[in-house]
Parts: sequence; structure tokens; C-alpha cells
Amino acid sequence: MSTHTQIKSVLVANRGEIARRVFRTCRDLGVETVAVHSDADAGAPFVREADRAVRLPGSAPGETYLRGDLVIAAAKAAGADAIHPGYGFLSENAQFAQDVVDAGLTWIGPRPATIEAMGSKIRAKELMAAAGVPVLDVDPATATADDFPLLVKASAGGGGRGMRVVDDPRDLEAELARAGAEAASAFGDDTVFVEPYLATARHVEVQVMADEHGTCWVVGDRDCSIQRRHQKVVEEAPAPALSDVARSTLHDAARKAVGATGYVGAGTVEFLVDGDRVFFLEMNTRLQVEHPVTEAVTGLDLVALQLAVAAGRPLEGEPPAPSGHAVEVRLYAEDPADDWRPQTGTLRAFEVEGVAFANPDSHGLRVDSGVETGSEVGVHYDAMLAKVIAHGPDRASALRMLDGALRRARVHGVETNTALLRAILADEEFVAARLHTSLLDERLEAWTKPAEAPVLAALAAALAEAETSRASARVLGRVPAAYRNVLSQPRSRRYLVPGSDEPLEVTYESRGGRLASELATVVEASPTRVVLERDGVRTSYAVAVGETSVDVAGPDGALSLEVVPRFVDPSEVVAAGSLLAPMPAAVVSVAVEAGQRVERGQTVLVLEAMKMQHTVAAPADGVVTEVHVSAGLQVESGAVLAVVEEEDQS
Amino acid sequence: MTTETVTGPSHREAMLERIAALHEEQAKAVAGGGERYVARHRARGKLTARERIELLLDEDAPFLELGALVGWGTDFPVGGSVVTGLGVVEGVECMIVANDPTVKGGSTNPSSLRKSRRAAQIATENGLPTINLVESGGADLPTQKDIFIPGGASFRDITRSSAAGVPTVALVFGNATAGGAYVPGMSDYVVMVKDGAKVFLGGPPLVKMATGEESDDESLGGAEMHARTSGLADYLAVDEHDAIRLGRQIVRRLNWRKAGPAPRPDYAEPRRDPEALLDLIPTDLKQPFDPREVIAHLVDGSDFDEFKPLYGTSLVTGFAQLHGHPIGVLANAQGVLFSQEAQKAAQFIQLANQVDTPLLFLHNTTGYMVGAQYEQGGIIKHGAQMINAVSNSTVPHLSVVIGASYGAGHYGMSGRAYDPRFMFSWPNAKSAVMGPAQLAGVISIVARQAAESKGVPYDEEKDAQTRAFIEQMIEEQSLAFFTSGMGYDDGVIDPRDTRTILGICLSAITTRPVKGAEGFGVFRL
Repeated sequence: MSTHTQIKSVLVANRGEIARRVFRTCRDLGVETVAVHSDADAGAPFVREADRAVRLPGSAPGETYLRGDLVIAAAKAAGADAIHPGYGFLSENAQFAQDVVDAGLTWIGPRPATIEAMGSKIRAKELMAAAGVPVLDVDPATATADDFPLLVKASAGGGGRGMRVVDDPRDLEAELARAGAEAASAFGDDTVFVEPYLATARHVEVQVMADEHGTCWVVGDRDCSIQRRHQKVVEEAPAPALSDVARSTLHDAARKAVGATGYVGAGTVEFLVDGDRVFFLEMNTRLQVEHPVTEAVTGLDLVALQLAVAAGRPLEGEPPAPSGHAVEVRLYAEDPADDWRPQTGTLRAFEVEGVAFANPDSHGLRVDSGVETGSEVGVHYDAMLAKVIAHGPDRASALRMLDGALRRARVHGVETNTALLRAILADEEFVAARLHTSLLDERLEAWTKPAEAPVLAALAAALAEAETSRASARVLGRVPAAYRNVLSQPRSRRYLVPGSDEPLEVTYESRGGRLASELATVVEASPTRVVLERDGVRTSYAVAVGETSVDVAGPDGALSLEVVPRFVDPSEVVAAGSLLAPMPAAVVSVAVEAGQRVERGQTVLVLEAMKMQHTVAAPADGVVTEVHVSAGLQVESGAVLAVVEEEDQS
Repeated sequence: MTTETVTGPSHREAMLERIAALHEEQAKAVAGGGERYVARHRARGKLTARERIELLLDEDAPFLELGALVGWGTDFPVGGSVVTGLGVVEGVECMIVANDPTVKGGSTNPSSLRKSRRAAQIATENGLPTINLVESGGADLPTQKDIFIPGGASFRDITRSSAAGVPTVALVFGNATAGGAYVPGMSDYVVMVKDGAKVFLGGPPLVKMATGEESDDESLGGAEMHARTSGLADYLAVDEHDAIRLGRQIVRRLNWRKAGPAPRPDYAEPRRDPEALLDLIPTDLKQPFDPREVIAHLVDGSDFDEFKPLYGTSLVTGFAQLHGHPIGVLANAQGVLFSQEAQKAAQFIQLANQVDTPLLFLHNTTGYMVGAQYEQGGIIKHGAQMINAVSNSTVPHLSVVIGASYGAGHYGMSGRAYDPRFMFSWPNAKSAVMGPAQLAGVISIVARQAAESKGVPYDEEKDAQTRAFIEQMIEEQSLAFFTSGMGYDDGVIDPRDTRTILGICLSAITTRPVKGAEGFGVFRL
């Protein structure tokens, strides 16, 4: 009988959904919870839900969630005896893990030495190769044209950052240099390595859980091939359409990886799978974002197991075999059609059905979200709003369930990738489980194709607006909306649909004391609910009328319509040729002066937001007539940065 | 006397036919100068009068167009080349007057004058701010004799309104020349549309003739000139939309408060389906119907407290509430007004004045009873009591002709000459000195008597022809479209809309305080 530590209070050195996820298990186990939070997160749900919370002054991750010293001090101050790092931030920082241990606290994760070993991808591959795990490798010095395309990776990198594909041998040297420089600035380590790039391989990973008594569980596999810029978007367990050979190779390799590193805790071994061939990619020494799909099919609580193992308890028995199929999608505040631009704003509504942070009974939906109605989605952190997980008896039913949840989800206030996710779930290749890591890039255009103009939803918005205007009218509020004793023309309202610049106009009128429209029969209209009938089919819409937008949720999903104002004050009209800030950002540099001639595409200025640089270029040949900003200035979204007057074409 | 109300689908069909005819006539007014002129107007980048109004109104607020059929049955186009109505702008109930420039350039003919004078009267009586949407070529010169002298009142009323503390706004979209220039000239606030407004006393040809000076439109009366040089324009709008935006902005800053009693907000809708009203009303005026059923369709919760139900039963009187406003109702039940009915009305009107309650008159009367018995019973005296009460009543009156409105009954029921604040007719209504057949018959009898006294033989064949001709002419002239065309009411309305329209009127009325009469004329007892 080994002695084990009692964990009484856990500090989560993280934020958002993962903090809430860990807290949920802690609460179930009767363990106290401690949050640390930045200033930007002061009002976040995870802070409110924690028993105690410690402020980390500032909002940038470098000032807050990445400050190991502050986190440990917070744990001491709040009386936490263990630290769970979540994922990202300090989760794979071996020094931090060591500092936690040195501070006399329990580190809920693998040993610092293991993290260290796996942190260098080059060392990790060497270790795996030595243990007999198949790896992909190529020496850039001896690479021949047949080895291309190659993938250049930063050894210290993660989450897709610092990766680049090289198609042409002549570019290799330059790309290596560039990747090295980028890695140095991003991770403080310029080591890069090269491996063959398998464009049509799948990304399959194996969840492992090991205790300090030598028991290693292989807790099944996951497919995470649907990725954008090497970031996972859709994940599922078990990996579908995987050959028995590949699966047993994967599981063996994962077990070998655990053995080779003396691994303790939860970890994920990532592989590329090409038919029956399996190649080790890397090992993540932490809980993965996508762990809920494994929890769904195994019924396990991986965080509870993490706590148990960290407390020195042994894993008992065998891991459960997967039952049914689970699929997760990551709901992001982003515009997939606009280069995945992160979106910011206030969530006027956030309603996604599902059990929060826990497996539903038998089959069903789960939602792990960091936000709620009223939350601000800001610029400081990752734009993931939630993970939505469906667990069904088989893959098809899980996909159907998940699509239903997305369709019924009411997320308003920021643009999201919901439509893209639904397009993926409906895609022929995806449904047939012909998965590979380039699938998203190949089909992005089709998946982000603007939908048919949502005429009925817009009509619902207009009718709800009409009824709202009546309800708030100072006089004659109870006279039928838009009443006319002499009919001349219908009323009209115009909206901008997300992803379109062309206003959508809908018309209606008062007929017999009720609102009516040529577009559909109006069965019911109130400020919050509109029922329409067309071709014998009735459709109900839930509507929320706002100042400048109307949120409509119907059977085809939820969308926010921007109200096109009736009047525009000419003094507020933005001059033609104005370059607007696409998001709140800081001005890095201004490349032009007023009066200067510019060519189409020429850089006018550079912005930085979300740690990404964004170049604002001249939309056409012309002359810069106004420059409104200078380097260092913080600008709001929509601010006029400069004006480029287009040259006459004649 | 019992009232038997016959209902049925035949009533409904007949009424729907009349409503369809009404829509057809209204469509003529809406069409303005017709497709060609509307297209030409639009091609100049201009909005039609009704488009301007629609933009000016608060979104989804009601608009009660008044006098849409003015001009019907005359030599002038239906609608009078001007659109008038009650609308809500920035939460303020306003009188909106918009020239229709597609009809002869929006020039004023006798129908237009009658219609806009009536709009001004409504604005004055109810204290409503007026917004003029101006684009008019001025007087229709061939008919200037009917316009020029009385037309001066238009400008007088604008400044009287201003003096009474009721603001006036002119949005000038196009021509406002000669006399028309005094519409912006007299208004409190003037917005002119750049490159559109043209406001001068005399245009380039007239100036050339008068003084020999060479000039152009812009220097004589352009919006920019008036905004920058003459100061006649307070606001320069870049386009028509902008002018309307500015008009709304002006009204928003009027800090307008209604001085009259506020309606109760929590009223119940009638316990009647408005559609059922059509089954109720015979279009044949000889068939009586129970006005209590009509009242039940009009008043809040169909809740009507009848006054003196057992006395003078040909006239129904009582108190109710309509869109939250208290109201007294007088409605003819059996057509004829006898002495009892007249006295009952006189008493009820005084009661309503005592408690500052507006009155609603529902006309369906063939007039005061005639015959020796009634004359000897003092029917004139009693009718006079009723007319005295109506004439001197100072609470607002609303009149709706829901059937016949003949003879002095029309007066006693607060007909047009008795200045009801608003007056409407149903499509089945008829107003005349008496029924067409009776009138023709009277003329025939008088002619026969004249022939007899002269001792000449009476031409029966000619008499029959004359009677038919007169009957047909009177029939036509007593129809709702015709009387509305003369401007004798504020519009012919779909009976189903009556409650809504009366609600809009009552709300406008309460812009000013409601105050009953302090005294009446001497009642002849």
C-alpha cells in the first residue's frame, strides 16, 4: 500500500472552459477550487465559479497566465495544495512544473523531466525511435527532390505555430532560416527540424494515462484530421475507419512511448497515419482540448484520474473499451471566410444545449464553454467559445445529434464558425470518414460558401422589429403596426446578412389590423416570436431585437442581422477610399505620408492584433489624401486609418 | 319599438364590393399623375409624395390619410394633388401635408385648396404641429379665380399656428415659387434640398420682364443661396433623404408634450371579430340595424353603458371607452328622430360636456319626424334643442356616417357644418337633404300643384322622366364618394377600420385639453 497525498484544494493555472472543466470535477470530488485571473477575465464565469480567486494584474498572457511565479504565489495565498495547468499557457513548461514541486505543491501532470524531454520535438523523436516507435524523419542535408514536400517545424513549437510546408528544394534553405528566426522569437529556441510532409495522412492520437506504480492505460484513440492551419477543428473518438493493423500499431507505439519516458499522468501521443503506416509526431504531456470525446466513449473522468494519479493513487483494473462514437467541434468566434479573423464583441446570447463539462447519461450532448450570455469576447486570448460534443451509439447518429445542436444553438453578438462546422459535418468525404489533414484546406471554399439569402429569417426580424416599435411607442402604441387606411406601398426594412455586403430587403404591410407579407403568411408576430407559413410549412423564429442588430433563431440555425439604418448623417459618411481598422489593433508602422502616390496592393500601414500582424494595403492606385494614425496608436475596429483617393480610370 | 337586425353573408358580399370600389378610387389618388409622370419624377432622383411621407414617419407607426377622395366627381383629379394625414414623427402626432408633384407639378386647384384648408383646420383645432413637404408649381392658373383670394388663408394659418405655440416645419424638395414661397416663408423651420428646392417670388422670365435683369434659378431661389445668403433655409439637405432626416431631427427637438388627457393604457380590445361587422351592415339603407352591435365592435371590451335606454329608443346614447379614451356615443337606431330622441340627445350632450368627455356620433338617420302630430308636438323646438346642444358643445366630436344622414338629422348628429373634429363615412353612407326618391317625389308634387294652380294639364310622361332623372342625380350626389369628393368628410373608410381610425383621431385630439362647454344657447322649452 503506497502512501498518497491528499489533494484538498486545486488551483487551475488557466482560464475559460478548461478552468471550468477542472473545477467541475473538483466540485464532484469535494475538492476546493482556486482560480487565477487576469483583469480582462475578472468577470468571467470560471472566476465566479471558483471557491477562491486570485487576480493576476494585467491582461496580456505574458503578464498573467504565463507568470509561473505569480501563479505559485497565488496558490500559496489561497491555500491550494495542487496546481492543474489545463492546456496551453504553462501546461508544458517543465521549469514551472519543477517550481510547483519545489514550492511543496502537487503538480497535476507528468514529471518535469518528462515534460522537458517531450518539449524538444527532436529529442522526443530520438527517444521514440530508440524505443522502437516509428518516426518520420529526413535529414535536410541529404533530402532529395523525391522527399518533398517537406514540413519544417520548430522543435519547441506547438499548436501549429512555426510550421511551414516547403514544396521546392530550392526554397528549403531560406525557409529553414525563416522558421528558425520565427521559432526564436516565438519560443526562445531557434531549433527547427524537417520531416516529410504527408498531405493526405490522417492525424490520429492515442490517449494514455499512467500511474507512478507502473500501470499504463491506453484509453483509446481519436481522429483530429480536420484542422485549419494545424489547429484542430473537429475531433472524434474512436478514430473512424482505422485498420486493425494501424490501430494495434498505434496503441503499441503509445504504450512504448509511455514506457520509454517513465510517463505519469494523462498524455497524448500524436501520430500521422497513412493507410497501415503510422508515424510518431509528438507527445503532449497534458490534458488535450479534445479529451471530452474520449471521456464520452469510455465513461471516464480524465481529470478525476489526473487528480488521483497526481495524488499517488494507482490505476485499478483495465480501461473501459470505447462504446459508441463521440464527435467534438470547436466553436470559435471567428470568420472562416475572412482568413479566420478572430471576432470580438459582447455575446448577446449564448445558448447551446448539452450537459456542462460532463458526460451525458448514456448518449447525448455535452458543452464545455468558457462563456455565457453577456460575456465579452476580447482580443487577449484564444477565440474558442465552446466545445460541443455529441455521443451517439454510432458515428452517423453522433454527427446528426451534433448538427442538431449547432442548428439550434443561439450564439449572437460575434460571428462564429457555426456554418463552417455544419458544412463539415454534412460533407460527403467527412461523412464517409475519408479524412486527412488537408481536407479542410481543400474544401474550405465550398464550406464557407455564403448560404442562400435568409429571406424568411429577415422577414421575422422585420416583423419583430415592427411589433417592438409599437410596444415602445409613445403614442398610438396599440394601433396595429404600420396601419394605413389608404394602401400605397408596403413597409420595408433592410438588413445586412453576415458575409454579404448587399442589403437584404423585406417588405410587409398592415392588412386587416395584422402584419402581412407577400413573402409568407404571417401566423403570429410579437417582439420575440414570429411564426411564418410558406407553401404549407410553418416555421417559428425566436427573435431578439437589439439597437443595431436583430438576432433570429429558426430551424435553419441562428443568425444576426445588422440593421441598415434608414438615414445616414452625411457628416458621418466615411469618405470613399477610406481604409478602416478591421479589428481593434495597435498601429505598428505607417508606411506612407499624405500626398504620396500609392499603387494597388502597396502597404499603407501595419496593424497588430491578437499577436498577428495585419497589413493594410492600398485598395487601388491612387493618392493618399489623409493619414489619421501614427505608429503606437491603439485603434478601434472601424476607425478610419487613412484615405486613398482612387485615380480616375478615364 | 323593437329593432330587428338582419345579418348574413349577403350583407358581407355587398359591403366587400363597396370596399373594393373604395380601394379602386383610393388607388387613383395613390397613382398621382399616373405611371408616366411618376416615372419621370423618379428619373429625376426624386421620391413621390407618399414615399416622402413613409420615410418621414416613425417606422411602423400608423398614418391616417385624410381626404383621399377629395376631387372625386369633380373636374379635378381624385386626391387633389396633395396628400394630407395624421402621422407620428419622433413620437409626435403631426399633420403632414405633401404636395404630389406628379399631378400637374403639384399645382393647387380648387380641390387641393379645399383639402389643404381642411388639413390646416384639423391642425389648428387639435393643436398639431404641421410638416409641409413642399414641391408645388403654385396655383393652377386656369382656376385662379377659385384659389387666389381664399388661398391666402394657407399662409395666415401657418403663422397663426406658430403664434399659438404649435411649430410648423417646411421641407422644400422642389418648386415653392410665387405665393408658394410663403409656405417656407411662414414656417418656423425650413429645410431645403440642395439642387432641388427652388424658392422665389419671381423666376428668371418674370424678373426679365419686370426689371430686365438676367438671372438664373439658383441665384434667385436655390437651396444653397437660401442657406448661405438669404437665410430663408435653416438647414441645407444634401438630398431628399437628408431633408427628411433633418425634418425628423427638428421634430425630435421640439420637446413636444401633449396637453390633453392621457388614455388608459390597459384597455381591452372589443369582444367582437372586426370581420363580423360586415355581416351586420345592410348596404340597403331601408333595412334597419342595431347600432349597439356596431358600438360593441368599436369600444374597449365591447363595454357600453347605455343612458336612458327606455326613453327615445330611436337614438341610442351611452358612455364607453375607445382606445383608453372616455367617450360618449350617440347612435341612431331606427332612422327617425322624434321629440323624445331630440331631447334625450340634448341632455346627453350636456352631460358629456359636464365631464369633459368627447362625443362620437354614429349617423343613420332619415331626419326629424314630420307630420301634423309631430309639428304640433313641437318637433322643431325639440330638434332645435338638440342642435343647440350640438352647436355649443365644446368637447371634441367625432362623426361617422354609417348609413343615412338626411335632413336636419345630419345637423343634429354633428354633421360637417357643426365642426366635428373628424368625420368619416362608410362606403354605404348617403348624405342629403332627404332621400333621393322622396326628393324627386316632392319636386313632382310641387310641380303638379303649380300646374294645377295655373290650370294647365300636367305632363305625366315628362314628370316620370324628371323624377327618374332627379332621383338618379340626387342618389349619385348623396353617395359617400361624392360627398367625400366635395370634402364634406375626412374620408370614406373600411368599416372594419373604424375603431382604429377613431383611436388615432382621439389620440390626436388629446394633443389639446378636452374641455366641456361652460354654457349653451337658450334652450327653447
